[in-house]
Amino acid sequence: MSARITTALLLSWLLAVFIFIFAPIVASVVFSFNSDRFPTIPLGSFTTRWYDMIFADVEIGEAARNSILVSLSTSVIATMLGFATAYTDYRYRFPLKGPYLALILLPPTIPLIIMALAMLAWLSWIGASGQLWSIIVAHSVLTAPFAMAIIRLRLNQIDPNLEAAAWNLGSTEWKALRSVIMPFCRPAIVSAACLTAAISFDEFAVAWFVSGLNKTVPVIILEIVQGNIDPQVNAIGSLVFLTSISLVVIAQVFFISRVGRA
Amino acid sequence: MKDPLVTLSGIVKRFGDFTAVHRLDLEIAAGEFIAIMGPSGCGKTTTLRMIAGLEAPTEGQLRIGGRLMNDVPVHERDTPMVWQSLALFPFLNTRENVEFGLRMRGIGTAERRRRAVEWLERLEIREFAERSIDTLSGGQRQRVALARSLVTEPQILLLDEPLSALDAHLVIRMQGVLTRLQRELGITFVYVTHSQSEAFAMADRIVIMSGGRIVQTGRPREIYRTPECRFVAEFVGRNNILEGISRGDAIETPLGVFPAANLPAAGRRAILVIAADLVELSRTGSEGSIPCSLISEEFVGATVTLFLEAADGTELKVQLPERALGDLDLHAGGRFHLSWPDDVGHVLAEN
Repeated sequence: MSARITTALLLSWLLAVFIFIFAPIVASVVFSFNSDRFPTIPLGSFTTRWYDMIFADVEIGEAARNSILVSLSTSVIATMLGFATAYTDYRYRFPLKGPYLALILLPPTIPLIIMALAMLAWLSWIGASGQLWSIIVAHSVLTAPFAMAIIRLRLNQIDPNLEAAAWNLGSTEWKALRSVIMPFCRPAIVSAACLTAAISFDEFAVAWFVSGLNKTVPVIILEIVQGNIDPQVNAIGSLVFLTSISLVVIAQVFFISRVGRA
Repeated sequence: MKDPLVTLSGIVKRFGDFTAVHRLDLEIAAGEFIAIMGPSGCGKTTTLRMIAGLEAPTEGQLRIGGRLMNDVPVHERDTPMVWQSLALFPFLNTRENVEFGLRMRGIGTAERRRRAVEWLERLEIREFAERSIDTLSGGQRQRVALARSLVTEPQILLLDEPLSALDAHLVIRMQGVLTRLQRELGITFVYVTHSQSEAFAMADRIVIMSGGRIVQTGRPREIYRTPECRFVAEFVGRNNILEGISRGDAIETPLGVFPAANLPAAGRRAILVIAADLVELSRTGSEGSIPCSLISEEFVGATVTLFLEAADGTELKVQLPERALGDLDLHAGGRFHLSWPDDVGHVLAEN
């Protein structure tokens, strides 16, 4: 009996946590379809007016294109970097490997605002700030450690003889990398690509500092919010949330179903 | 001996300060089934990996088919290996695993498939061609690993304890498959194992290694009946080992004086080895028999090994067919007498 009460309490607690996390997002989605200008209860009537407005807005369209370009490029670059470092870690023993790994995993531990300032200082010093690709560079640095961590986890599960078996059957080291290591890591690679894209797509601080006139979606949201109360923000927010959550879910599905398996 | 296919001369392998293989000389004939046997850490797997090119010898020369192989990279050697872990590619199905070696050699899709299917048929796993590897049983995977290694029609196949993960009854079946394949193909098999029964059941010739050195090479019967040193006598089979001093035509041991041939000069130390299956056990003593008490028995189906202790504490073993036990009362502490014919003792000079 008491076990059942405990279970019920724990479930209620879980439910409360989920409500706490998702209520603001749900509210934002609900208000994005609400005809009233101000987010108040009772709700007005159902409308897609705010969506029509953001789709018609040239500046928002531009920001969306920028965000997509940045997050796709970041995803490709960061996943490649992450794979290369994870493979280096898996394959080779060398002096100072500890510091090497620590350095690679460092960026996410630096406060974003510091990272953003440092990026801005560095990029302007070498004359590369204010470009779209400045954001791509900064985001790649920021997200590569996540890609590395995911792919490294997968490589930890590999039979240590698998690569040698490929050499033994006539593959050169490059061919073995392409036809054994990469296919083995495929679920982790897909997962890493989705996750790094999602992080980049949402990232505000660094993008705001180094972007110059090339605004991304999070940057434009702040500008709109600073100006006035505008339900368009709810509409943009809902779409951004949909994009990010989809990427994360895809990453999770690949991660749990393949990488998580023993 | 036919022309050697593989020649190892003066091979040394060091890992840092540790010497895994000391000055190893070995010739392996074309078409020979050779087993390299020894306890773990004896250097047998390192030797196999050097033949495959996965480790480079620190010193010495390795030749395959007359060609010096020291600097030939793994992928150019054509020395396929069956791994202890099998190392099948989990992201490929059965047929694709078998095709792998052909794909790496740039052989066209149709030809690849034809040859892979041929091997799947030969190993009786055709029906699993399109199945994923993790749906196969241990024995089926073993066959996939074999097909994958043999599909390129190599001159030599390296096997690194391939049967160690299988159930006992499957081991016997796979031994049959391996010996049949080796005979049909006529290629060289180099089989590394710590299992005496696997080595003795399959190999033409056995190499016993210990501490990075070859301690004895010979046909299974020679190794079994005439071990050349104490290590082999203890490692192979079930032997009773009695230390003693030579009297020229007999050896004096704590258990008595036993006539023996091939003894060193009188006064030198020697070891008398008597295989446990040649010892006779009786309830009643006779002239020269050794009184013992039973400590324990090990029953493995058709044969039973009895462990006994002589008055001075020497442990002795007797191996008997189970049916020969009859109605012997085998309780611990039971009194028995052991004896053996004069000519079955095998003498080792102690060094």
